[in-house]
Amino acid sequence: MSVLSILFLLLGIFFFFGATIGFLRFPDFYSRMHATGKSDTLGTLLCLIGLALYNGFSLVSIKIVLIAVFIFVASPTATHAILRAAFDSDVTPWTKDGRVIREGGEDKSE
Amino acid sequence: MEDFFLALSLILGFFVLLCLYRVVRGPGVFNRIVGVNVIGTKTLVILALMGFLYKRVDMFVDICLVYALLNFISTLAAAKYFQRKGAD
Repeated sequence: MSVLSILFLLLGIFFFFGATIGFLRFPDFYSRMHATGKSDTLGTLLCLIGLALYNGFSLVSIKIVLIAVFIFVASPTATHAILRAAFDSDVTPWTKDGRVIREGGEDKSE
Repeated sequence: MEDFFLALSLILGFFVLLCLYRVVRGPGVFNRIVGVNVIGTKTLVILALMGFLYKRVDMFVDICLVYALLNFISTLAAAKYFQRKGAD
């Protein structure tokens, strides 16, 4: 059981590493959200499940799994809320050739 | 096993420092909100690891739960508060 717990924890750290690198290196706000929104959730889930496996079956493990379930529901919701707020605040998406793309939302061109 | 947990906590602290760069320098307010959210998520895992290091998991798990709730609520509140035209 200890080997499985170490495996889960290392996988979680790997996903945290990917989220951090993407958060630092990506060019604009939306791609940074793409990196952190998913990798951070999965890293937290894997780390917490690894800790619950290490602890064995008890009330504390049930609480840790409860925190994992809450993170699984709440973290994508928070990501979606920030993304919607940024899109409504006219944060422009990055494109490779510098064109301005805005689909959806309000059209302000005319 | 405790050395392993300590090493994981140190690595996560290093990641928090890397994310702090985006909070300090990041263009616009939304990058900062996302940076604070990411740092809060990492702090949650560090707190759980600290519970195993200090052998007080039953206490630290409750702190983790409260921290997760506060992180979620504060992110939603900040996203609502800064939502206006041309905020970036």
